[in-house]
Amino acid sequence: MSQSMSNELHQLGVAELAAKLAAREVSSTEVTRHLLARAKAHPGLGAYLALNEEAALAQAQAADARLAAGERTPLLGVPLAHKDIFVTRDLPTTAGSKMLNGYFSPFDATVVTKLADAGMVNLGKLNCDEFAMGSGNDNSAYGPARNPWDAERIPGGSSGGSAAAVAARLVPAATGTDTGGSIRQPASLTGITGIKPTYGRCSRYGMVAFASSLDQAGPMARSALDCALLLSAMAGPDLDRDSTSLDHPAENFASNLMANNARQSFDKGQKSLNGLRIGLPKEFFGDGCAPGVQAAVRAALAEFEKLGATLVDISLPRTELSIPVYYIIAPAEASSNLSRFDGVKFGHRAAQYADLADMYQKSRTEGFGPEVQKRIMIGTYVLSHGYYDAYYLQAQKIRRLIAQDFQQAFTQCDVIAGPVSPTVAWKIGEKSDDPVANYLADIYTLSTSLAGLPGMSIPAGFGEHGMPVGLQLIGNYFKEAQLLGVAHQFQLATDWHTRAPQEFRT
Amino acid sequence: MSTSSKSLLVQGYEVVIGFETHAQLSTASKIFSRASTAFGAEPNTQACAVDLALPGTLPVMNKGAVERAIQFGLAVGSHVAEHSVFARKNYFYPDLPKGYQISQFEIPVVQGGRVEFFLGDEKKSVRLVRAHLEEDAGKSLHEDFIGQSGIDLNRAGTPLLEIVTEPDMRSSAEAVAYAKELHKIVTWIGICDGNMQEGSFRCDANVSVRKPGAPLGTRREIKNLNSFKFMQQAIDFEIRWQIEQIEDGFEIQQATVLFDPDTGETRAMRTKEDAADYRYFPDPDLPPLVIGRDWVERVRSEMAELPRVMAARFMADYGLPEYDATTLTQSQAMAAYFEAAAQACGQPKLASNWVMGEISKWLNAVEDCSFNEFAQIVPAANLAALITRISDQTISNSAAKTVFVELTHAPGTRFDSAFDYVDSIIEARGLKQMSDSGAMEALIAEVLAANEKNVAEYRAGKDKAFNALVGQVMKASKGKANPAQVNELLKKALG
Amino acid sequence: MALNAQDIARIAKLARLELDAAHSDRMLHQLNGFFDIVEQMNAVDTAGVEPLAHPTAVMEQVALRLRDDAVSEPNQREANQRSAPAVERGLFLVPKVIE
Repeated sequence: MSQSMSNELHQLGVAELAAKLAAREVSSTEVTRHLLARAKAHPGLGAYLALNEEAALAQAQAADARLAAGERTPLLGVPLAHKDIFVTRDLPTTAGSKMLNGYFSPFDATVVTKLADAGMVNLGKLNCDEFAMGSGNDNSAYGPARNPWDAERIPGGSSGGSAAAVAARLVPAATGTDTGGSIRQPASLTGITGIKPTYGRCSRYGMVAFASSLDQAGPMARSALDCALLLSAMAGPDLDRDSTSLDHPAENFASNLMANNARQSFDKGQKSLNGLRIGLPKEFFGDGCAPGVQAAVRAALAEFEKLGATLVDISLPRTELSIPVYYIIAPAEASSNLSRFDGVKFGHRAAQYADLADMYQKSRTEGFGPEVQKRIMIGTYVLSHGYYDAYYLQAQKIRRLIAQDFQQAFTQCDVIAGPVSPTVAWKIGEKSDDPVANYLADIYTLSTSLAGLPGMSIPAGFGEHGMPVGLQLIGNYFKEAQLLGVAHQFQLATDWHTRAPQEFRT
Repeated sequence: MSTSSKSLLVQGYEVVIGFETHAQLSTASKIFSRASTAFGAEPNTQACAVDLALPGTLPVMNKGAVERAIQFGLAVGSHVAEHSVFARKNYFYPDLPKGYQISQFEIPVVQGGRVEFFLGDEKKSVRLVRAHLEEDAGKSLHEDFIGQSGIDLNRAGTPLLEIVTEPDMRSSAEAVAYAKELHKIVTWIGICDGNMQEGSFRCDANVSVRKPGAPLGTRREIKNLNSFKFMQQAIDFEIRWQIEQIEDGFEIQQATVLFDPDTGETRAMRTKEDAADYRYFPDPDLPPLVIGRDWVERVRSEMAELPRVMAARFMADYGLPEYDATTLTQSQAMAAYFEAAAQACGQPKLASNWVMGEISKWLNAVEDCSFNEFAQIVPAANLAALITRISDQTISNSAAKTVFVELTHAPGTRFDSAFDYVDSIIEARGLKQMSDSGAMEALIAEVLAANEKNVAEYRAGKDKAFNALVGQVMKASKGKANPAQVNELLKKALG
Repeated sequence: MALNAQDIARIAKLARLELDAAHSDRMLHQLNGFFDIVEQMNAVDTAGVEPLAHPTAVMEQVALRLRDDAVSEPNQREANQRSAPAVERGLFLVPKVIE
């Protein structure tokens, strides 16, 4: 393999790599070695928490054997890395927390198993906000992850390590999880593509739980096509292990896209999105958004019009309410989900304590970071006696109204579009004195999660400080194929998604 | 609802008792995981990842637990909810791995119902508020560890049905009778093995006292009563203690108490601050439980006749007294056995006597043998044949006891019929009663001739002499004479 | 709904968190800031609206799946206890539980 190809290997996306592997132009072992070296060469990014060298090479060799035997499946031999929210047997899982420092799970998450069965090579575990709580990956007990476009800035969160790794070309793809925007927002802030599927599409078994009725696994990569390939393997009913996993048949999300991709000459004049109605919620286009972000989003929407789509004004009247609703429900569920961390069976136990009660308190106070403690406090409060009706119950009711608002909107349009984040990536530490401001920045992504709808972020250009801006696409339940298809057409006609940060091109 | 009668008052106070019973359901696997529920395994060998609440684990519902809840609901005449919801009960304890128990709060699976039973002659009816499904916690072991406890989570996740009554009971005796009837119901319908020593059936008693007509007093909860004997003791002590407190001018504080069998006293548990803010909310990991009416009807059609109903039928159809009917319906196995034997031999009272008498005695002596196991050894047909041979005078009652012992050695399946088997034993042991009256008369004549003194005494008016003669005839016949026949013929011979 | 220091202490206890005076103060301040944005929820009329516990239930009823009552988890004590803080003879050790 030539030096130039070696330098290019990390620039290749999932589909491209799979093609080269299938054509035996390169081996999985070579790619894996290359990416492992690259990971070690960029420790300052704060992307990786654990690297799986030996096991990865073994997996790569096994994939090469399968390829040599003639097997050709879409992901065979392609490396990826997992957000450290997914438990793995052969690597520790920390969930970004001191509470799980050195924790070894006796089982793999279902999503991890599915991708391994598809022949992907697991390079290691990626940094994230502690227990998936945060929007900047600056709540990790293991140090912040950094934005490859500007190391002083956050990559977004909570799947910050995943976004950084993909944007920096350390891996072609990574898994993330999205509870209130934790795939979409980091994808937007780092200029990559990510999708949160319909709630219940991917199994939650083996995902360290944050908010049970909101958490969803999803792929993060550098194109809609790559995301489609991964989602096809990740999604599917897990009837034996996850009671919230929907019994919806597995889908090949990439087949339509592949067919389109096979078109060698792309006619830029072709209106491939003729008839598509894109709804623009007026609440997403008000004053709260930075001018640079607005401009990039508007320009992207103009591209959609060129492709034949029609822009329709719609309203999601309870958008602002989604903030208190989410920040009641998610902490409430989290406060209960995190009660299992008590120092008894696993996880951090304090070194010194007077008695059982002291052991609980010290272990939990030492093990959980400040943001997690805050959310546990909020959650405990809103569930406590006398407050349940006014807070938790009221929030779950408004949640239904929000979901109904979306159904109403979908009578007028096919997909909904808007910004992902009101600003570009901010500097690390810039917002930590004002945590409420952090919550407000989630305004465009929360309602999608509350309703359980699928949502994507695709690169749409650049805004303030030359930082990436993502465009959000929201579909109706189970319409991931449509979302990915629409995104794919945009990515055939534009090249934002191919841009790489200067430092990480070579 | 039972009325308060003056005779139940204790030192002038009315006693008010409600029960919460936790019955472990007899499923093979746990309620939310696929680990085994078998008792007695090595610590933590039956606690899988889900039971240990390892990060990323999720609950999946066991159909068998739901089916058993439906069976219970039908057995007590309650409403089986079409939609019920699982909720998290949040609190911290080492034997509670998730830091919350999955239970049901606002909408339980079984709603209403009643349990009826006799207390002496009086028929009682205790109303149920509800019964709901939940998971059991693990166990803490304190011996062997100094200053520490060892946590075994094998039991964590075992399915429980929590059965809650209205505060309808008015005495400790009534409470125990209720508990015994409930125990019978859950074991009868086969949803719980009822093994109280193993913790399969645990009762909490809520006890309060008040002057008749006054509002309800503050109650204290006696937890984990798992023997009927201790149950009565504990409640009686608690009643006396509460009355004493009130008489001394103290108010009863709500508390959870434990009964100490060694001292015979109840004492409050270490007070838990923040008395129970469990922060119940619907478990987001479990969608609502839907039970269609067709499922309920299928369960209803497959359910065995309930003990009270069967007992009433035994009294009506077989003319048995209430005592027999109640005793025989203590278990499905015993009742079925009795009925099969009774129908085969047409002698229900005799069948009842044998089941309650010799068979029960044998089972008590043998220990560790279930009635079903006994029925394998002595099939009902064999008992029926034995009873027939008594009533047709082939053998005496005492001889029958000997035959019975033989029967308990083997079921005798190599014989063509139960009668062949029974007859072969009678033959082999020479137990056949003498029934030939001619032979009997001859024997009597011999005895009379040999016992002239007794004959004279009898003729002189001494009745005891008659019994002595009977004894002599029996002896001469080597026990084979039919006592009734001897009596009759001897009287005749003596004139 | 403004919280006070006693609320913070009570909630911390329920959650088994130990907050010293400084942390407690900060937490009070942050929580009150947070609950300011929550107040707008109170104004929403939700009469007759059912809570939405499972997001997709707005489209189709989601019912609890039931599995057959069968044992299929083998004994994996060693693997399960690999990350346990204190184990002896298969039991998880904790400071003495006093009832």
